[in-house]
Amino acid sequence: MNAPNKSGWKPAMNADGESIGGPATHTGNRALMLEEELIFEIGGTDTTGVDLPQPDAFAQRRTGGLERTAEIGLPGLSEPETVRHYTRLSRQNYAIDLGLFPLGSCTMKHNPRLNEKVARMPGFADLHPMAPSTTTQGALAVIHELGEWLKTLTGMPAVAMSPKAGAHGELCGILAIRAALEARGDARKVVLCPESAHGTNPATAAFAGYEVEDIPATPEGRVDLAALEARLGPDVAAVMITNPNTCGLFERDFRKIADAVHAAGGLVYCDGANFNAIVGRVRPGDLGVDAMHINLHKTFSTPHGGGGPGSGPVVFSEALAPFAPLPFVEKTDDGFVLVEEETAGDRHASSFGRMTAFHGQMGMFTRALTYILSHGADGLKQVSEDAVLNANYVLRKLEDVLHAPFADSGPCMHEALFGDKGFAEGLSTLDLAKGLIDEGYHPMTMYFPLVVHGAMLVEPTETESKAALDQFIGAMRSVAERAIAGDETLKTAPHYAPRRRLDETLAARKPVLAWTEPAAE
Amino acid sequence: MRYLPLTDADRSAMLETIGAPDIDALFVDVPHEAQLDGPIRGLPMHASELAVERHMGRLAKQNLAAGDAPFFLGAGAYKHHVPASVDHIIQRGEFLTAYTPYQPEIAQGTLQMLFEFQSQVARLYGCDVANASMYDGSTACWEAISMARRITRKTRAILSSGLHPHYVSVIKTMARFTGDEIHYCAPSLDAAPDYAAMLDAIDDDTNCVVVQYPDILGRIGDLSAIAEKAQAHKALLIAVVTEPVALGAIKSPGEMGADIVVGEGQSIGVGLQFGGPYLGLFATRQKYVRQMPGRLCGETVDAEGQRGFVLTLSTREQHIRREKATSNICTNSGLCALAFSVHMTLLGEKGLRALAAENHRLACHAVDTLANVPGVTVLNDAFFNEFTIRIDGDAREIVRELAEKNILAGVSLGRLYPDETGLAGGLLVAVTETTSEDDIDALAASLKEALA
Repeated sequence: MNAPNKSGWKPAMNADGESIGGPATHTGNRALMLEEELIFEIGGTDTTGVDLPQPDAFAQRRTGGLERTAEIGLPGLSEPETVRHYTRLSRQNYAIDLGLFPLGSCTMKHNPRLNEKVARMPGFADLHPMAPSTTTQGALAVIHELGEWLKTLTGMPAVAMSPKAGAHGELCGILAIRAALEARGDARKVVLCPESAHGTNPATAAFAGYEVEDIPATPEGRVDLAALEARLGPDVAAVMITNPNTCGLFERDFRKIADAVHAAGGLVYCDGANFNAIVGRVRPGDLGVDAMHINLHKTFSTPHGGGGPGSGPVVFSEALAPFAPLPFVEKTDDGFVLVEEETAGDRHASSFGRMTAFHGQMGMFTRALTYILSHGADGLKQVSEDAVLNANYVLRKLEDVLHAPFADSGPCMHEALFGDKGFAEGLSTLDLAKGLIDEGYHPMTMYFPLVVHGAMLVEPTETESKAALDQFIGAMRSVAERAIAGDETLKTAPHYAPRRRLDETLAARKPVLAWTEPAAE
Repeated sequence: MRYLPLTDADRSAMLETIGAPDIDALFVDVPHEAQLDGPIRGLPMHASELAVERHMGRLAKQNLAAGDAPFFLGAGAYKHHVPASVDHIIQRGEFLTAYTPYQPEIAQGTLQMLFEFQSQVARLYGCDVANASMYDGSTACWEAISMARRITRKTRAILSSGLHPHYVSVIKTMARFTGDEIHYCAPSLDAAPDYAAMLDAIDDDTNCVVVQYPDILGRIGDLSAIAEKAQAHKALLIAVVTEPVALGAIKSPGEMGADIVVGEGQSIGVGLQFGGPYLGLFATRQKYVRQMPGRLCGETVDAEGQRGFVLTLSTREQHIRREKATSNICTNSGLCALAFSVHMTLLGEKGLRALAAENHRLACHAVDTLANVPGVTVLNDAFFNEFTIRIDGDAREIVRELAEKNILAGVSLGRLYPDETGLAGGLLVAVTETTSEDDIDALAASLKEALA
């Protein structure tokens, strides 16, 4: 038997960008590396991949004389061409299924396929949101059961399931805070966020009508409790704090922060993006949180799908529960009730309103509940422990070669943070990231959080084996050593991806956002 | 646990490398009193794939799937046939398990798809440009009002009475916090939308006029006069389309002068899924691009001059602009946009027009059949695939009664407008290519029996 391929794939060009190893091809393709044109270039408005009765030109039309007569310009492809087009495109994507995807704060863990199978059961997938509730009891049971798990795992008494994504959940939490403050006649104006916060936090607070101020951090990468206490006062509506924070550290003083905010009459929003690090081991409710969103697509592994759909249920403390949005599900002696405008009556008069049509991301609820039931209470605890173990392993195996600004601040949680200190002049975090692409990895989160120069935030997640981590660590070490040594070839990386570096400045200066027929030569 | 690859031997070796005596040492920064001493009590332990599938399967069977009954529900979510290849493609791991395409060199698959999607949406809506999708139609609608405010610097929004009441609720919820002034009243059961009142309401303080097309009662009207009057008062016309298949048969809002067109894209490629995930569509004029919310994909070239695609104009977005961003939105509805785009590619213009014609043909048949049922009046003069019927009494009772016979009759206006007693006799009936003539006969027969 032959040994596994140690020399790897044959490069198509040398370090100077010259083609080596073979002639140019007629098509521009290289065996399995296939280029694909746009549907507008290969399809036609008279081609279709579906069989439908052709419209009868003499059929009656009762559309008020508004028939669409001009060509729309939508190209069609036959089914085989369609499948091939998208299959070819898919092969130009990196994905968790292909390899470790260490995007800090994004929690790119394995997406179990059972979840996909369950979400497609006709009773869930083919169910109308406004169907009579006597015919949707199983769906309402899923929403209720998932909500109970989320409340238990967070130690919080109430949950709003309808927010469509993390940032939508943040908005839900902040609106509930504002509604609660207004209900007590307290028009506070300011929301405090740490500099290291996700950009969505200040954007959400501003969207909800608040002024945003920074909370300073200590040199060890945590919220500066004394500075925060000094800033608290009758104008502060809330603090928004991520815990574990975006430096990958647990906010040791969270309970003291929460108590101080409450004593000053404010409320505590926790960004739950990093709940993966503590799920099953720590309940945010025990830390004094009033509202926290949970990204089902992070902690509970609903697929990221190339940028959504997400899902962002929000758990609430007793203080905020009455202000939660409609709709929600209640369990009664007669089964599950969907509480919405029609059924809410006076019982939910203080609800701040509705955030979306219908009831939230049901397709994500079925997946998340399947994931949770698969893990159980013991498995979820193991999830957070393995996620934290994997991140600490990466941190300690790389801290001698990459600058780890908070390495002395204690163990990291589920992600390890590095900076670009020590790189040769002219080489940056971006160059390292692009070098990592050539090594077959999606890069880590870059330039976030903002508090570390050239930040690199690495989140391996619990679904990576030790062997996969060791291989990744080897690649990171190699690329980091090249960045320190001043290897100029990094500046033109990636060399082996479907595209070389793309001109983002050109894209923004002259935006081309839709296909147009090329002008005749 | 089948999803966790570390063995106990791995864990011990890794702890040794880290220099930690045990796993608890890594949680040392969590205050002791906030740590649980074991798995959370009162919850079940891990379960096999078989056991979980059984549990979820039991819950799924407690629902009456749309495909298992004569089915007539719409009101912003429509049952259409989704070709098998759509679901196959969105389950390819390279699409399903990818992140937002922030590293364009290894995300050209998602990016090219988004560029194609944006181009398809812009053409469908009759606009210059579209974004890479939003959460759903209702949130896209609010984002459009916010965008209009940034452009006109005015805060008075006029909503047509035909706008989906959930969309109105979302707008009112948000406006309470932003201070936008919202003009709205519930619809009345007239044969055509009341555009005269809207035209009267437009003045120099108007930021935007929001009109649904076809409207919540399925009615269709020409938007041109509203567009003209809005323009004369430096206000924007926002058109809302909850059934995109309609635009294979009727003029696009862009052709009639709408400045922003938003809507729900679920009908094309995305199943009903009890309300989500869906996808918001959002398109506008080229000149407003920089005020647009949401992700945008644009064409560019790489270092070797090859065409490629990137996310662009991100200086509008929260991760760069933070509190000054055009929106707090961080995600789009990527996989649903893929489903939409694949389905639209399978249809093409020819298929979309045929699909729309088939929907309209069956809806005409349903209108004629139901109009013959004693006690039923059809409200609409014009419609696409959804219309309103009126009965004496409360349509909610009829919906419940027919559900007991496994007929999903439609969406009652009483459920959508619980405070409007005058609408209680209204029932929205949607008919698509998935509705058979037998289904329509079954609905007519059971209505006849219920109203007798």
